[in-house]
Amino acid sequence: MELFNPNSNIDFLSWRKVSMVISAILVIGSLVLLGTRGLNYALDFTGGVLVEVTYKDAVQVDQVRSALEAGGFEHAQVQSLGGTRDVAIRLQPRADQKDAEQVGKTVMDALQKARSDATLKRHPDLVGSSVGAELRSDGIVAAVFVMIGIMIYIGIRFEKRFAIAAIASEIHDTILTVGFFSLTQMEFDLTVLAALLAVIGYSINDKVVVFDRVRELFRLTRKAEPYTILNNAVNQTLSRTIMTSLTTALTMFALYFVGGPAVHGFGLTMLVGIVIGTLSSIFFANPILYWLGVSKTDLMQVTKENPELARRP
Amino acid sequence: MNDFPRWKYALVVVVLLLGILYGVPNLFVQQPAVQVTANRGATVDQALKERVQGVLEKDKIAFQSVEINKDHLLVRLPVGASDDQNKALEAMKTDLGDQYVVAPNLASTVPSWMLAIGAREMPKGLDLQGGVHFLMEVDDKDVLDKQVQRYTDDIRGVLREKNIRYQSIGRGPNGVVVQLRSADDRDAARSAIQVKVPDVVVSDGASTGDSFTLNASVKPEKVREAALNTIRQNQATLSNRINALGVAEPLIQQQGESRIVVELPGVQDTAAAKRVLGAQATLEYHAVDQDANANDAMRSGNIPPDDKLYYRRELGPGGQKVPVLLKKKIIVSGDEMVDASSAPDPQSGTPAVSVQLNATGGRKMLDFTTQNVGKPMAVLYIERTPEVKVVDGKEVRSTKVTEEVISVANINGVFSNRFQTTGLGSNKEASELALLLRSGSLSAPIDIVEERVIGPSLGADNIKKGVFAVLIGLAAVLVFMAFYYWLFGLIADIALFFNLVLLLAIMSAIGVTLTMPGIAGIVLTLGMAIDANVLVCERIREELRHGSTPLAAIRAGYDKAWATILDANVTHLLAALALMTLGSGAIRGFGVTLFIGILTSMFTSVTVTHAITNLIHSGRKKLKGLSIGSGYSDRTAAA
Repeated sequence: MELFNPNSNIDFLSWRKVSMVISAILVIGSLVLLGTRGLNYALDFTGGVLVEVTYKDAVQVDQVRSALEAGGFEHAQVQSLGGTRDVAIRLQPRADQKDAEQVGKTVMDALQKARSDATLKRHPDLVGSSVGAELRSDGIVAAVFVMIGIMIYIGIRFEKRFAIAAIASEIHDTILTVGFFSLTQMEFDLTVLAALLAVIGYSINDKVVVFDRVRELFRLTRKAEPYTILNNAVNQTLSRTIMTSLTTALTMFALYFVGGPAVHGFGLTMLVGIVIGTLSSIFFANPILYWLGVSKTDLMQVTKENPELARRP
Repeated sequence: MNDFPRWKYALVVVVLLLGILYGVPNLFVQQPAVQVTANRGATVDQALKERVQGVLEKDKIAFQSVEINKDHLLVRLPVGASDDQNKALEAMKTDLGDQYVVAPNLASTVPSWMLAIGAREMPKGLDLQGGVHFLMEVDDKDVLDKQVQRYTDDIRGVLREKNIRYQSIGRGPNGVVVQLRSADDRDAARSAIQVKVPDVVVSDGASTGDSFTLNASVKPEKVREAALNTIRQNQATLSNRINALGVAEPLIQQQGESRIVVELPGVQDTAAAKRVLGAQATLEYHAVDQDANANDAMRSGNIPPDDKLYYRRELGPGGQKVPVLLKKKIIVSGDEMVDASSAPDPQSGTPAVSVQLNATGGRKMLDFTTQNVGKPMAVLYIERTPEVKVVDGKEVRSTKVTEEVISVANINGVFSNRFQTTGLGSNKEASELALLLRSGSLSAPIDIVEERVIGPSLGADNIKKGVFAVLIGLAAVLVFMAFYYWLFGLIADIALFFNLVLLLAIMSAIGVTLTMPGIAGIVLTLGMAIDANVLVCERIREELRHGSTPLAAIRAGYDKAWATILDANVTHLLAALALMTLGSGAIRGFGVTLFIGILTSMFTSVTVTHAITNLIHSGRKKLKGLSIGSGYSDRTAAA
């Protein structure tokens, strides 16, 4: 049984213009979304106080919001916690309030004035705004370091054009995944950030496998036509690409469905990232490699310099 | 034909056995326990053990054992007896009183021989066991303010000493600003300050007619040093106070340059915890009353009118309190202290603590010591902890005051703002005293900047769901691989299972704290580790399609896939490394798991599967095909 015909010879590169245009539109769309709607950052990043409230009877988010406004909390964010009775309220404490309990109490006072069946679900969480801002910048620094590290490694092991193609697709994948969170306005918390960095790891894994085949084919084929070689490389690794994305997706489905709310966002981010990362290996990284004009001679030099590295058992 | 060296088989077997040995402790269920630690002066010994046993027997609480460990006593209760744990806790608290800290805990049931070789279960993070998490931040501005205040005093002293007249001296944007009357005065002041106060950078400011400005800014490294000291000292005082809370395994850790993480597993009452953390300490120097006998005063209650009875912080040799009679008048108080540090006495080399007071404090000390050479002086440490009690349904706020004498020393000569306390028993004692002195005088306020509570049921729920996700994910991949790659899929499955075992074993052995993001990392590793097997299997299939014999296909498959596996994993490792070193908290836990997972997967998916594959196929020369999916089991027939 084969998931894909092992002798498949699909001309992926012929779609390069269409696929690159789609990629460009998606990237621009994501950036526009990020610029206009932004991300629905969780407490981890925004700082503030998180108050979770349970109502005895069904409640509407708007109802909660207006009760809060009446109590003087104007910029509070109210979200349903699934179901109709539990809501999460995220707000910035007033300057004189530094205590989670105190904020929780004033919030509850405001809510109970409107509806007496509101009760505090659990102890409110508090995160300082400086802590949140720092986490965000730490995340960006981590992402940049990952990319630079990968670029250097690929630059050494392969060739600079491969490194450029890899980094371009990493940036592409990251922007699209973040764009997905901006589009859906799903909560962007610390585990989502961790998953986003893991998506970079997954996606580069996928690209390296294709690049590796490209390098191998260039070295083996005497009359190496870049167009044919790039296409063949994708075709020959297609089966593995599909298999690995399936197994990884299987585990992430498990995490998403049974792992509980703490890792929900993680599972979802990875699932989105797997789809984007897999498609970008075929439709984004490869066309870039083609346009950058990768050729047989570029790769042969590397072997001469370091023949041992090329094929070590 | 078998090209797989024998030592590699041995390596695989040894690593797998070690993996099982170090992974197995995680299967032992922890049992409820009560931990007793001694407060200052009290000891954990056989007598305490018998006393505790007596208490438990009297209240008919079934217990499994009472053990004396290094610094604490551990009472083990039968697995599942959490009601008894509360009962035992209450009974022991009532009986043992203030001398001991009694805390609930979960005890490991891993056999001692395993613990002896370092095989233990993974510690669980707060998100898996419930508790309170605080992040506290030192107020940098306040630290700088204190530094500037100190140098203002120093500079004023220098100018006075050198008879340099100045118009004013005060706080500027970055330090001290001195206004002088002439350029000559300014030059004189500058050189005097440069010599006497080397910790500031002096520069000329604007000058108008008869006013010449001199700016002295505190060197940045001095400010950083002060902030670091504040952190260290707060960390130490927090440890002391948390001890009193009765938490079995608190975590108090510095994070970054100005933050402290405090995690209290099992604690749910944040208010009580916050009160203890927010306690305020002060210091007072008092004269010791030598005319009356403190022991008599304690027994009779007959205390001279000018005196007050206090007790030493350390208990006496028999475990009883040591009384001290102090004059009520305060010589110098903590806010007049500038610094206290422990360093060996330059003359004798014995442990000592040197103390520095500000100008006012120095004058008061000079007055006092001039008249009292040869007499003892004591330091009183006062801690105020806010308390809230509910009386008749109303909250009543009060303050609990703890007063202890932390040092009594003879005045050997006249001194003012700089002096030393010598005659301390050890360097440890000296640094402890210095720490107490600093926390009673210099402690910058620390604010709670993050506060989270994880309920114990939420923690238990997280574990259950996390483990379930791991098992479901594992099962899905196992079935899928076996279905698609047949025998080779099964071999990969064995390797994947061992990958999980090895990953857990290494995490346990090096003591990685297991958190929810860590579990996510484990699940992700399971999904991605199989990639190496997929690469190998696809290669073998390719070779078979090109007409290689089965054994040659296996060899070529592993050979050719290796370069790809290496590149793919190294780049992935780089990503994990960045997560591990640059991320904080949750991200780091995830990164560590991913990093270890990639390393173990390289071993299991390549070396372990290769060993098993060779073991199965070597010596079978007449293989027609390989069980690596339909269409490959008999290539000759198919062709």
